Amino acid sequence: MSATKAGAAPAGAGRSLGSRLSEWVSGGLVRVFLIVVGLFWLVPTVGLLLASLRTPQDMAADGWWTVFTEPSQLTFGAYETLLENDDITGSLLNTVYITVPATVLVVVIGSLAGYAFAWMEFPGRDWWFLAVVGLLVVPVQVALIPIAELFGKLGVFGSLTGVVLFHVGFGLPFAVFLLRNFFAEIPRELLEAARLDGAGELRLFVRVVMPLAGPAIAALGIFQFLWVWNDMLVALIFTDSGSQPITVALQTQVRQFGNNIDVLAPGAFISMVVPLVVFFAFQRQFVSGVMAGAVK
Amino acid sequence: MASDTAAGATRPAPAAPKSRKSVTGTRRTVAALFLLPALVLLGALVVYPIGYSVVRSFYDQSGDGFAGFDNYQSLFTDDGIRTALKNNVLWVVFAPTVATALGLVFAVLTERVRWGTAFKLVVFMPMAISMLAAGIIFRLVYDQDPDKGVANAVWVGVHDTFAQSSAFPKAHPGRESPLEPAGGGAFVTKGTVSAGDTVTLPLVGVAPDLMPDGAKRAVAPKPDGDRINGTTWQDFTRGKGVGTLNQVDAAELGYAGMRVEAVKDGEVVETATAGDDGSFSLSAEADGARLRLPASNFQEPYNGLDWLGPSLVTPAIIGSYIWMWAGFAMVLIAAGLAGMPRELLEAARVDGANEWQVFRRITVPLLAPVLAVVTVTLMINVLKVFDLVFIIAPGSSQDDANVLALELYRKGFSEDQPGVASAIAVFLLLLVIPVMWFNVRRLRREVRR
Repeated sequence: MSATKAGAAPAGAGRSLGSRLSEWVSGGLVRVFLIVVGLFWLVPTVGLLLASLRTPQDMAADGWWTVFTEPSQLTFGAYETLLENDDITGSLLNTVYITVPATVLVVVIGSLAGYAFAWMEFPGRDWWFLAVVGLLVVPVQVALIPIAELFGKLGVFGSLTGVVLFHVGFGLPFAVFLLRNFFAEIPRELLEAARLDGAGELRLFVRVVMPLAGPAIAALGIFQFLWVWNDMLVALIFTDSGSQPITVALQTQVRQFGNNIDVLAPGAFISMVVPLVVFFAFQRQFVSGVMAGAVK
Repeated sequence: MASDTAAGATRPAPAAPKSRKSVTGTRRTVAALFLLPALVLLGALVVYPIGYSVVRSFYDQSGDGFAGFDNYQSLFTDDGIRTALKNNVLWVVFAPTVATALGLVFAVLTERVRWGTAFKLVVFMPMAISMLAAGIIFRLVYDQDPDKGVANAVWVGVHDTFAQSSAFPKAHPGRESPLEPAGGGAFVTKGTVSAGDTVTLPLVGVAPDLMPDGAKRAVAPKPDGDRINGTTWQDFTRGKGVGTLNQVDAAELGYAGMRVEAVKDGEVVETATAGDDGSFSLSAEADGARLRLPASNFQEPYNGLDWLGPSLVTPAIIGSYIWMWAGFAMVLIAAGLAGMPRELLEAARVDGANEWQVFRRITVPLLAPVLAVVTVTLMINVLKVFDLVFIIAPGSSQDDANVLALELYRKGFSEDQPGVASAIAVFLLLLVIPVMWFNVRRLRREVRR
């Protein structure tokens, strides 16, 4: 996130005392407003975090804010119990097994196609690309029923392969769109120079184009990674109890919300750890992915 | 940084036409090989389902008989779908506009504080987490019990600050009581009081653990000149036949904080609040009045709003969506703001425009394209909202919170109505086609160079 310079007008000389005073007051109001809003945004998450660090008995008795007066209530007990639960750890692994291939495949396949759309010649090239762009906004819901049937016939319904394929399919329009636009900006001279050195198409792609594409691939990769990691709907339909990711495993617990907050709260946090680490480590790439993906 | 990667996507390419003819003179077979994986997957997983859904939407439940427009008709007759449609309208109207408006306000205001980046991080963070996690977070926020859900804890706190809290739910007159119901939950003395009298106002029925914390042993009233002194207390001693009816016994507690009104000709002439021992005192003004214990003493304690009940559930879930997506709007708008000509703003300020005028007349109009993109993006996103509703709405009010994406899931995967579900899918697709067309048109100009 780019830090924008404080845009407040300099309290220049020649300003009347009144206008400086009103500026000071409004500046104070802005600060108070932003602090209140910031709290508003933090409290829900902090609440669940503190709830996850209390015993179910404490949670049944009173609110999570009690820990501010009784910090001794804090315990990792719920996390320990949860991490000994094979269903939860298994589903966490499934999340990884789904997310990693779905991200890598989208990057690889999207790069190949993006490069072809940017630098190869074939009839109707731009029309094909526009058709792919048109697919950007297709809601995943449209594909649920047909693909469920298709996967049933192919025998991949309920398997990790099925979910991964689905995510790759719906990740590709954005990948092709983003990478093609990035590749198109590569200076022609660079490619020509490599060509004169005798590089073939594949070599050109692997040795020249891909190394230049780092920023775009990072943005795309992070975007797709978070997208798939956080997905619930697709996995809800295409996985079974053996292949379900953490989101689906937790979802099944929500029906008895009041009784199993000790599973849901720490579970939600465990599922959030990776996205949050990725988010804080790669903020800038994530933001540029989001910006480019403003149409998805 | 953003401009490095998103250059092609967010701003038009450099005007100078440059050739992107192949530098290698590619053979078509090579191009086909590069494209094949992407096109096969897109064809099988995105294009084919569109066609399939369109065809399927015209067939009946089993998929064998042609059903014409029957499935589409049920979009407007089926109760579940109608609620979903109605809620989707609410969603599409409110969620994107509020999120964009907040994003705009945050983006503009964060420019004026030094810790703006930290603020942006906090507001943007929910974008990184799953809707499932956000759903669990807000399920707890909206918990009905003010001792669990922070929304109701705050709401009840505010309510009790401004409204008198009631301390004696279920209290009522016992046998042979001098009090009788006065309607609306209040109790009133059967006779009038006169100056110099003492009055006893005994009630029963407050559970021992619900008695006010400060309540002390009740003390029988003593006369005091013209004043009317009285006691109101819990006229009950545990154990059979231990206490005396309508008399203050040793172990009986006063109704600390009970409000007493003296009513003459239907008008309240004086009020008093009982002390910790249940005693209260009225002046001679109350001579000839009947004493009333107003209903506010006996209401059930205020428990806050039923956020996830039928009437509030959709606005509540929209609130959680805004929590997730206002950061998205803020970041995009902040990027637009960073690219704005500062001289223009400064010039306006020098000309004497105040901050509001600068915002209203310059910032917003210049940001209009960004605002439009953000709003439209959120609208598409909102059409597909599923997880939040699925997780936050409890089973009892999920029908009231229904949206199209959820109804599609239900019809398709739990009610075995693939025909109707396909019709919903096609309907959703039709709604995004204008945006699809807009994207393609915008890019067509860029591509042709």
